[in-house]
Amino acid sequence: MTTLSDPPTQQFRLSMLVYDTRYRSLTFQALAALLLALSIFYLGSNLISNLRAAGLNISFEFLGAPAGYDINQTLVEYDSQSSHARAAVVGVLNTLVVAVLACVTATIFGVLAGVLRLSNNWLVSKLMAFYVEIFRNIPVLIWIIIIFTIMTAVLPAPSAFRGAEPDASMVMGSFAFTNRGIYTPAPVWGPGSMVVVLTFVASIVAIIAYRKYTTKLLYDTGRLLPVFWPSIALFFLPTILMFFIMGKPVTLDVPELKGFNFQGGIKVGGPLIALWFALSIYTGAFIAENVRAGIQAVSKGQTEAAAALGLRSGRIMSLVILPQALRVIIPPLISQYLNITKNSSLAIAVGYADITATLGGITLNQTGRAIECVLLLMLFYLTISLCISAFMNVYNNAIKLKER
Amino acid sequence: MKKSVLWGALTVAGLAAGAAAAGTIDDVKARGKLNCGVTTGLVGFAAPDSNGEWKGFDVALCRAVAAAVLGDGNAVEFVPTTGKTRFTALASGEVDVLARNTTWTFSRDVDLKFEFVGVNYYDGQGFMVPKALGVSSAKELDGATVCIQTGTTTELNLADFFRANNISYEPVPIETNAEAQQQYLAGACDVYTTDASGLAATRATFENPGDHVLLPEIISKEPLGPLVRHGDNEWADVVRWTLNALISAEEYGVTSANIDEMAAGTNNPEINRILGTEGTLGEMLGLDAQWAMRAIKVGGNYGEVFAQNIGESTPIGLARGLNAQWTDGGLLYSPPFR
Ligand SMILES: N[C@@H](CCC(=O)N[C@@H](CS)C(=O)NCC(=O)O)C(=O)O
Repeated sequence: MTTLSDPPTQQFRLSMLVYDTRYRSLTFQALAALLLALSIFYLGSNLISNLRAAGLNISFEFLGAPAGYDINQTLVEYDSQSSHARAAVVGVLNTLVVAVLACVTATIFGVLAGVLRLSNNWLVSKLMAFYVEIFRNIPVLIWIIIIFTIMTAVLPAPSAFRGAEPDASMVMGSFAFTNRGIYTPAPVWGPGSMVVVLTFVASIVAIIAYRKYTTKLLYDTGRLLPVFWPSIALFFLPTILMFFIMGKPVTLDVPELKGFNFQGGIKVGGPLIALWFALSIYTGAFIAENVRAGIQAVSKGQTEAAAALGLRSGRIMSLVILPQALRVIIPPLISQYLNITKNSSLAIAVGYADITATLGGITLNQTGRAIECVLLLMLFYLTISLCISAFMNVYNNAIKLKER
Repeated sequence: MKKSVLWGALTVAGLAAGAAAAGTIDDVKARGKLNCGVTTGLVGFAAPDSNGEWKGFDVALCRAVAAAVLGDGNAVEFVPTTGKTRFTALASGEVDVLARNTTWTFSRDVDLKFEFVGVNYYDGQGFMVPKALGVSSAKELDGATVCIQTGTTTELNLADFFRANNISYEPVPIETNAEAQQQYLAGACDVYTTDASGLAATRATFENPGDHVLLPEIISKEPLGPLVRHGDNEWADVVRWTLNALISAEEYGVTSANIDEMAAGTNNPEINRILGTEGTLGEMLGLDAQWAMRAIKVGGNYGEVFAQNIGESTPIGLARGLNAQWTDGGLLYSPPFR
């Protein structure tokens, strides 16, 4: 049944795809998608036919062949007879190590500088502004090289520690700062050391429980127990006591100059330090700006209200401002973490053996398998970046404003 | 950055296929300039002098090829390459010829698909240490920190040598000779290892060369020579015979001083064929009759080039050794021009 007010049913005509605004955008999107698919197909087939013409084939067999080269920082067992795949794993781990370390320190630098930049103290805030502008505006590669060069030029070579009257000596008899890296004592876990470690873990648990309890007591009854000193005491005393009760089971392996280098202890290599420090101080400057923006996004009324309630300024920052600012800070922070991970691929500039230096550098060069190596590299960075974003998004969802 | 590498790799693959078909010699002639891949700076082999002009043993070969093909030894665009970038530069067509202390190896020739046209320096890998270290043999280097250039044969030989002698070391991989030198001098590594000629050249630029010694061990064979892309045989012939012309010129006593006189004709038919007064060798190469004469004239014959850039009278002070003519007990032996 038709009524008079029914709109006239219009037949669909082909020209409407262009002239009718309801369909036009769809038409153009379809066209664009088609063009994109065609060009990708063209590039792909061009690549394949050119590769064939050049007599190259894509094959990943080279990954199983012995690498033939040595690497200076290996977290898993590796020697020159290990496969290229193994060398790539060593590189992956090295990338992850420097990325994680740099993310942590960059966050610390960034939060400190961001908060201090808003300080009422003129000198402090100007100093922080200076830090941010200097580090943000000079490329990170330059910072990596500057820091590495200064390190090798300023710190003494291991040979300076030799002789009856050496030019350099170890700090507190157990730390050696050389231009090849920093050597620190390593703990040696003797029998019974497990008990000491467990005591330590238990005291950490106790600290957390105690803090929870004091908060609850504060909210329930308004009584404020001391928190700081008890926490410190819990942190040190039980572990130290247990250490002596068990008869000092944990000893230190102090590095010692033997032959050309220090042996024993833990070595943090110069390239790692330079790369780590450069990445954190550079990205820290960006994070500082994020933090400042986040804090300034919290309205001034909040600060004033908190002050009116009698909170001290430190407490206002940690209890009122920062929790609200975090919601603004976290999303850009994710991209800074991604930047750190990707920028760590500049490692080879200082001879740090990350994945770009092993798989994308030496392996690529010695085998000539450029396409395969670059594909694997892309896959690795993509995976890592997606993992970081996924993880940080979960965190972001956990802290974001819950609307009820 | 990752992405641009892939696109780079794709274009490399694309260009390599295109370039092999085009004929490098025609490209060079059309361009009026030879693109020659050299080191980023190794005094004596290839480095810009104080006037910014490239000088050196490898540079002389580039100039000789340019003179042969284009008639002008200065019609060269020098492209500095590192151990890592050199092969991509050649494969992608960015350079027409690579003259950069590059060792002729099986895999570079066969797998990476390059054509080594000859050997211009017979070398081997050596070690340099500060005298103060008191080391007299490479076998005493257990536990040492060693600077190496990445993307080189050096890296692989080093791993093999230490493995075979059951001693350990810590590698510091570095991109260019200049950086390696800086790290070595700062004491960030105990040892610098590369081709012995490169060590001598590097040491010559030190403030106190006498404070550093080369250890007696030579741990590898490093025949260094110019290379071009696989598959363009005409171009490979041009570079190969330019090198041979320089070597033969020394053998037959043709120098930059007497070449004009000799070009008038001699009673040695081989010299006449090289200098183009007899036969049609130049035409066969796709060049004119005076190609070799011009090549020899720019920097002199092989012996003159050697003496001027790296020979005993220079600060680098390399002896001819294996690089003497076969008639003097060396390995240089050019096939006949006929
Ligand atoms: N012959 C070796 C090593 C070549 C090499 O890297 N040589 C060094 C020193 S002899 C060099 O030319 N460096 C100059 C630069 O860093 O550009 C190879 O072909 O792999």
